[in-house]
Amino acid sequence: MTVPLLKVDNLAVEFGPKSHPIRVVDGVSFEIPPGGAVGIVGESGSGKSITSLSILRLISEPPGRIVQGRIEFNGVNLLDLPRSKMPDIRGRDIAMIFQEPMSSLNPVMKIGDQIGEAIMLHEDMSGEVRRRRVIEMLGLVGIPDPAGRLDSYPHQFSGGMRQRVMIAMALACNPKLLIADEPTTALDVTIQAQVLDLIHKLRRTLNTAVLLISHDLGVIADVCERVVVMYAGRVVEEADVRSIFRAPQHPYTRGLLQSIPRLDDDRDRLYQIPGSVPLAGSVKKGCPFYERCSLRIDKCAEEMPPMFSFGTDQRAACWVTARQADAQAKEATLS
Amino acid sequence: MARYLLLRLADAIPTVLLVLTLVFIAMRILPGDPAIAALGDMATPEQLEIFRERMGLNAPLWLQYINFVWGMLTLDFGTSLMNNQSVLRLIAYNLPYTIELTIVAMIMGVGVGIPLGVLAATHRNKAADNAVRGFSLLGYAVPDFYLGALLLITFSLNMGLFPINGGGEGFLDRMHHVFLPALTLALVKAAFIGRLTRTSLLEVFGKDYIRTARAKGAREPRVIYRHGLRNALLPLTTGIGLSTLATLSGSVAIELVFNRPGIGKLLISAISERDYAVIQGGVVIFSLFVVLINLLMDLVYIVVDPRIRVQ
Repeated sequence: MTVPLLKVDNLAVEFGPKSHPIRVVDGVSFEIPPGGAVGIVGESGSGKSITSLSILRLISEPPGRIVQGRIEFNGVNLLDLPRSKMPDIRGRDIAMIFQEPMSSLNPVMKIGDQIGEAIMLHEDMSGEVRRRRVIEMLGLVGIPDPAGRLDSYPHQFSGGMRQRVMIAMALACNPKLLIADEPTTALDVTIQAQVLDLIHKLRRTLNTAVLLISHDLGVIADVCERVVVMYAGRVVEEADVRSIFRAPQHPYTRGLLQSIPRLDDDRDRLYQIPGSVPLAGSVKKGCPFYERCSLRIDKCAEEMPPMFSFGTDQRAACWVTARQADAQAKEATLS
Repeated sequence: MARYLLLRLADAIPTVLLVLTLVFIAMRILPGDPAIAALGDMATPEQLEIFRERMGLNAPLWLQYINFVWGMLTLDFGTSLMNNQSVLRLIAYNLPYTIELTIVAMIMGVGVGIPLGVLAATHRNKAADNAVRGFSLLGYAVPDFYLGALLLITFSLNMGLFPINGGGEGFLDRMHHVFLPALTLALVKAAFIGRLTRTSLLEVFGKDYIRTARAKGAREPRVIYRHGLRNALLPLTTGIGLSTLATLSGSVAIELVFNRPGIGKLLISAISERDYAVIQGGVVIFSLFVVLINLLMDLVYIVVDPRIRVQ
């Protein structure tokens, strides 16, 4: 088995005062192989953005802090590095793009300077060489007339164009991993498709690994090979994209899939998972999905289920489906 | 951009006319006969008549208004009633002192205020922040004329480090003279600008593009100055503009305390001596300065904010 490029192990993040901490990410683990693409899916408040920000140690401290776990990048635990070493990793080894292209670019800096800055921070090259590289990057992400747009300001670009600029900036130093936190959420559907295509294409040409954060399973299915489903700060299911769609094992994943509207469906109301995500830190024991779950049994209220394996490549944290799978397996061996 | 400039300039014209009109009205609605007010109760009817004729007070009001506006626009402010000097000459002599005081005070105030604000914002809720906030509170609370008197007594009278009055001759001497009055105004300024810098920076620090800068691998000084302060300059520009106007009016009291020449001092003595022509000229000049500084701020906006530049 290949050594993972990124290995997040048992990560926990807390916010608020140390005396009354609120745990917003709890025991999250997943891996990304070199050049691979992994998606994290979950509702607002599931802790997926905090998880992604933690990798670059970009959560503001205080009020947030990483209280346990390891974040291994190329075998080095980033959490062991002194804080002053992080800027060397950010942008060069791991780059990140954000949800809000409208506000993620500095409004008073020229586009060319913002991309150039990303290069200048990590690579020693003359102004002219850098300029050419910026133009090349702008062309790569599909900005028409890249040389002519160097002196433009962000407000002269549309949302989709700005996200392209963000991507150009993120990929300017050829990072090994690109973290994309809801990169298409703020965009029109057609622009969404273009940006996803772009990420897809760049992934193949530059062999950049991608961690894609989204609340939209469709977006993740477009780009990723593996999916991590998060709920209330925990990973509830993890599998390859195919298994997630064919045989989801966690009731929450099933609910998510059922909520996707279908063209061949003539229901009047769209499906929704009853209830809402529990407030961060409000679940003291048992499964965080208990209140909303249709399969729940008494045990779920008492004990947090561990991650059970389903087949070789799928894991989910559910007492009920694990038992069912177990029973099925036994039946299969008997017959 | 040229369009924006022209628009700003066009905006300034009605403002100037409005100011002139208000001054005109103010001078006319002062209680009593301006001739009596100017010459006193002991003046003979002949003297009053000569005065009215000389001031054009016998003409119909609309003609007086046109004459007044025309006079002001052609910088014909008339002559002082007290010493028969041309008001323009008086203003030309005093104005540089006020400008000098304002500029030096602003440089000192901004030069101290912005670093203090950065210090406070980057050490939020720590000792440095609290110290800056304490200083700001003090700066807000202490009246400038009182602070001026304190500084004057301590450094000029008791320690003899600075001159007690006057404006000085030659650059170094003038700087020596202007230092304490400017420091007085600057301390108040620094308190205001420091506070404003802190607030604007803290707001900017919460923005997405600051996170982007960090995600690129920019180190903190770069994040703070290149990305943070550069954006915080937008609200700061407005604050500095307002603060310059406040300095201008603050100079009235300071020029009195330090007994140095200047428009403020000229105005105060003109008011106490009922020298109408000088009051009129002084107020108009003051108002023109306010308009000018506003215009200047609009220019600075163009430099600071690219979004205005291309609109």
